[in-house]
Amino acid sequence: MATRGFTGRPRTDDGRVPPGQYVVDDFPVLTAGPTVGVTEQEWELTVGDGNTSKSYDWKSLHALPIESITVDIHCVTHWTKLDTEWEGVRVSTLFEDADVGDYDFALVSSYGDYTTNVPVSDLVDHDALIATRYDGEPIDAEHGGPVRLVVPHLYFWKSAKWVRHIRLADEDEPGFWEAAGYHSYGDPWREQRYYAD
Amino acid sequence: MATVAKLVEETSSARTIVFDVPQWKRHCAGQHLDLRLTAPDGYQATRSYSLSSGPDEAPQITVERVDDGEVSSFLVDIVEDGDTLEIRGAVGGYFVWTPRLASTRPAPLLLIGGGSGIAPLRAMWRSATTNVPTTILYSAQTHERVIYRDELAAHESATVKIHLTRQEHDGYETGRIDSRALNAAVGTGTPPHTYVCGPTAFVEAVTQALMPLHPDASMIRTERFG
Ligand SMILES: Cc1cc2nc3c(=O)[nH]c(=O)nc-3n(C[C@H](O)[C@H](O)[C@H](O)COP(=O)(O)OP(=O)(O)OC[C@H]3O[C@@H](n4cnc5c(N)ncnc54)[C@H](O)[C@@H]3O)c2cc1C
Repeated sequence: MATRGFTGRPRTDDGRVPPGQYVVDDFPVLTAGPTVGVTEQEWELTVGDGNTSKSYDWKSLHALPIESITVDIHCVTHWTKLDTEWEGVRVSTLFEDADVGDYDFALVSSYGDYTTNVPVSDLVDHDALIATRYDGEPIDAEHGGPVRLVVPHLYFWKSAKWVRHIRLADEDEPGFWEAAGYHSYGDPWREQRYYAD
Repeated sequence: MATVAKLVEETSSARTIVFDVPQWKRHCAGQHLDLRLTAPDGYQATRSYSLSSGPDEAPQITVERVDDGEVSSFLVDIVEDGDTLEIRGAVGGYFVWTPRLASTRPAPLLLIGGGSGIAPLRAMWRSATTNVPTTILYSAQTHERVIYRDELAAHESATVKIHLTRQEHDGYETGRIDSRALNAAVGTGTPPHTYVCGPTAFVEAVTQALMPLHPDASMIRTERFG
């Protein structure tokens, strides 16, 4: 049923904007807590599965092949940003290099104790990056720099900022927002915002 | 579905919308609603609005008109008494203050809001009992833009400091909420549960200044309005 008196903006939707989202030109910030300040020198990422683990710093990460992707990103707070350009290492490349085993789930954690869970297939079979540059520049701290995860096909809270640790396991373990009532998977096209969706 | 039961013009650019919601369940202070508006051709727009009501009040939101805002200008200028709006919620489990948190980890409450970011903080001070020492720091552009002006002036148990960034006015602080103001608000006793809410730039500026002053950063929770 229509809302009395509401007409809305002129329509621009060309099939790229998921339901309930609207397009922004700026880049809003969503973080659970304060912005964490990690420098390139301090930053480290450990990938492990309980048996094997490997750590990367800025330099050893950049020894892996760097790729760039241009993707649309969707935040659960309803904004969508089209054609964002990220540069970094594909998660699939990283997992191969770290030589981790075959597991179904990943729990990603950040500096500042943020966590989020993502199925491994969503990290390796899709455009998912360990990103070190946004729009041709280093990533701002408030947007997750120096290094963040980017998983563009899921709501953006899955794209952990200041990524520090990726732990693979057989069991799915809810992360920070997922434990706070948000959806475990978070597909924007199916509007999986909250746990009951 | 929510029916608009009452409208309160808070300032020339902000209004409170009180809803009548059948079977409304008590919410936690800090939670928000998602509002979905539908145009005659089926086009929909959804936005989040914090509940500004205390847990014992009828659900209400307080909306500030944003320039060219698709939804906020509709809510502030077009909505009338008796209209029905599609809502979802209350939602959100992180930026919340509950009596349970207060009893598991007793600490003072420090509420820091910019502009319409004061909305969820009202829900918090309405749910805090008088034995929780409460400090409210609020940043607004001018005296005319201060939301809940009378209620804040009459608040008996909280320390209230309102900063005006674009005007000097009797009884108000002049200028932004800076490190000095934050330092005084954090105090030297038990570190406070701290809630910072408002436009992104405000939340960023305040939390960056706050982090070195606050003995326990895990007690700082933020909500950015976009
Ligand atoms: C969890 C949450 C709770 C919120 N609670 C409240 C609340 O209690 N009261 C309230 O008034 N708002 C609140 N907001 C913001 C609200 O959801 C909308 O973003 C805001 O009303 C603008 O929507 P709009 O459709 O009018 O503007 P849009 O049409 O989306 O935007 C118009 C222009 O304004 C800019 N803009 C968008 N949002 C803001 C903003 N907040 N400040 C300045 N410029 C902006 C946009 O970038 C754009 O250029 C909340 C947001 C979140 C995420």
